[in-house]
Amino acid sequence: MAQLSIRNLEKIYGGGFKAVHGVDLEVADGEFMVLVGPSGCAKSTTLRMIAGLETISGGHISIGGKVVNNLAPGDRGIAMVFQNYALYPHMKVRKNLSFGLRLAGEKKAEIERRVAEVAEVLEIGPLLDRLPKQLSGGQAQRVALGRALIKKPEVFLFDEPLSNLDAKLRASMRVRITELHRRLKAQGRSSTVVYVTHDQVEAMTMGDRICVMKEGRIMQVADPATLYERPENLFVAGFIGMPEMNLVEAELERGPEGHALRFGDQVLRLGPEQNARIAADAPKAVTLGLRPQHFRLAEPNDPEALAAQVGKVDFLGHEVDAHVTIGGAKFTVVLPVELFREAAQGGTIRLRADENRVHIFDRASGANVSLA
Amino acid sequence: MSQTMLDDSAAFDADAEAARHLALQERRGRISMILRYAVLTAVGVLMLYPLIWLIGASFKNNAEIFASPGFIPKDPTLSGYVKGWETSTPYTFGRFFWNTFLIIAPKVIFTVISCAAVAYGFARFQFPGKRILFASLIATLLLPNVVTRIPQYLLFSEMGWLDSYLPLWVPSAFAGDAFFVFMLVQFLRSIPPDMEEAARVDGAKSWQVLIFIVAPMLTPALISVALFQFMWTMNDFLGPLIYLSSVEKFPVSLALKLSIDTSEAFDWNRILAMSVLALAPSLVVFFMAQKYFIEGISAGGVKG
Ligand SMILES: Nc1ncnc2c1ncn2[C@@H]1O[C@H](COP(=O)(O)OP(=O)(O)OP(=O)(O)O)[C@@H](O)[C@H]1O
Ligand SMILES: [Mg+2]
Repeated sequence: MAQLSIRNLEKIYGGGFKAVHGVDLEVADGEFMVLVGPSGCAKSTTLRMIAGLETISGGHISIGGKVVNNLAPGDRGIAMVFQNYALYPHMKVRKNLSFGLRLAGEKKAEIERRVAEVAEVLEIGPLLDRLPKQLSGGQAQRVALGRALIKKPEVFLFDEPLSNLDAKLRASMRVRITELHRRLKAQGRSSTVVYVTHDQVEAMTMGDRICVMKEGRIMQVADPATLYERPENLFVAGFIGMPEMNLVEAELERGPEGHALRFGDQVLRLGPEQNARIAADAPKAVTLGLRPQHFRLAEPNDPEALAAQVGKVDFLGHEVDAHVTIGGAKFTVVLPVELFREAAQGGTIRLRADENRVHIFDRASGANVSLA
Repeated sequence: MSQTMLDDSAAFDADAEAARHLALQERRGRISMILRYAVLTAVGVLMLYPLIWLIGASFKNNAEIFASPGFIPKDPTLSGYVKGWETSTPYTFGRFFWNTFLIIAPKVIFTVISCAAVAYGFARFQFPGKRILFASLIATLLLPNVVTRIPQYLLFSEMGWLDSYLPLWVPSAFAGDAFFVFMLVQFLRSIPPDMEEAARVDGAKSWQVLIFIVAPMLTPALISVALFQFMWTMNDFLGPLIYLSSVEKFPVSLALKLSIDTSEAFDWNRILAMSVLALAPSLVVFFMAQKYFIEGISAGGVKG
């Protein structure tokens, strides 16, 4: 069993800079946990502390129930895949794969068997006698993956392993890694993964759960759907989702038939479900959050429709990202191409927001007050 | 129809014009290249002339050496080499070459090992007092050699190491050449530490990382270090002069001087012939190692 547990983890760098502020994280055995966040939010630092490449300034990390704070990286039962592959440049692929096993004094026959096994899984058999500089980026990354896999570690650590690849290769590697993880799990082998990325597509498609970080703190840990549908705060709401969620300052008004949001000269009445979710102590000064996908064109004589002036329009083939102004506030809306073309003749369109998917955030604290 | 013909001929004109331009450019390029190479060759020959003369003169007889400034001997003779090799001491020059080898080989090996280890420590580890230690290392670079000669001599004489090779070997076993350490530290700083971290994750201890990962990546730099140390030691005159007193332990550099001292009338062709031989190892080693000098092994391990 290889659950990873991080308690009150802190990191203070040499210069006195505090990079990690008391992080708590539980990764279950076999879980694929993605750490995501903007550049500089200490994803790598956290991962490197798990790996033992960085000293721990406070708190503790345990793997499989054993505190590993003071163990050398090689004794922690982890394997790591680096962003720039970090293959040993002077060793053939075969030696790169087997380096760890050779250090551990594994028997020759066993090493050969495992190299062959890994080579088959990752389709790098024909590359075994090449030097790293003779590999393409994708091949090198597969070898790096193989070097982790061959050790049969308890926990796999990935630090942005795909960010040096082009978009297509990245997509196929994503699938490959996910499948590999599934296969290991099915075989009953240890397959706990901590995967660092700043790419939310990677995070959403690969992670069983996602840990969103900001400036050395965890903002939310949840599965992809929850993260998307129920972001706990403004940061997560703005970070997850493409295009970004529209965040507009508004006044929360309590009326006899429920809540309404006023921004500019527009009023957005909340649906019944959403009304029920709003916290009792929700403040008046709020930020309303509405995903670009949660707009639709309004029926011709819908009294609740919002009038939107159309600005710049990004054509994406099957849909458009239209930048519009509603009641003086800027929004991005995603609409199907044909419908949009028809509707946008006069430079204005009438939109209807999905009232049950409006998020309301306390403007002062950033907390989502519509989750109850 | 006529329109297309017009277009065609216009296109043809443009092609011809381009070809003319190209030919002109090529001619100009060639002339400037010939000029460049002529100048470079002339300067090169000028710089090399003493060496060429040395080699030529070593085949002349004694009377001719100062008679003509040219370097081609009128009637070439090997007598300089034959007599020079015998020397005026009980030993042949072969003995002195062997002595030189006895000094150089351990010194080069010790230097490479100790400097690599020390540089690795400075480049990759954090430890208290590191800045001060590194600063004092660099400070020794700035210190003129002469300043340390006397204390060093006294120290080694106290230890009873005079007239042995120990004073020449031992400092190099403790990374005594700050310059090499500095050079390797700079080289290491340009190599990303990821490979070493990968090795640590693979279970390597620090010394295993040094031997299996760092040293191979440092190879071009280590070869440079070995080469410099080889040439400097080969040419070192003062060190052996100070510490060695018995002729049987003399390296080539001292032996050359010896032949000037002892012969009453200098047989210049003997001295020149032995000088040529003394130069040979450095040249051979340099040309053999040139390839590694240039080749950077670390390229390709990290793709950016
Ligand atoms: N060796 C170091 N010394 C001092 N500060 C550091 C060091 N390494 C990282 N930091 C700081 O710690 C913070 C977190 O860095 P880290 O590399 O973990 O970010 P990251 O989330 O991985 O970012 P990215 O997505 O750009 O890789 C940053 O503010 C960075 O400047
Ligand atoms: Mg990072």
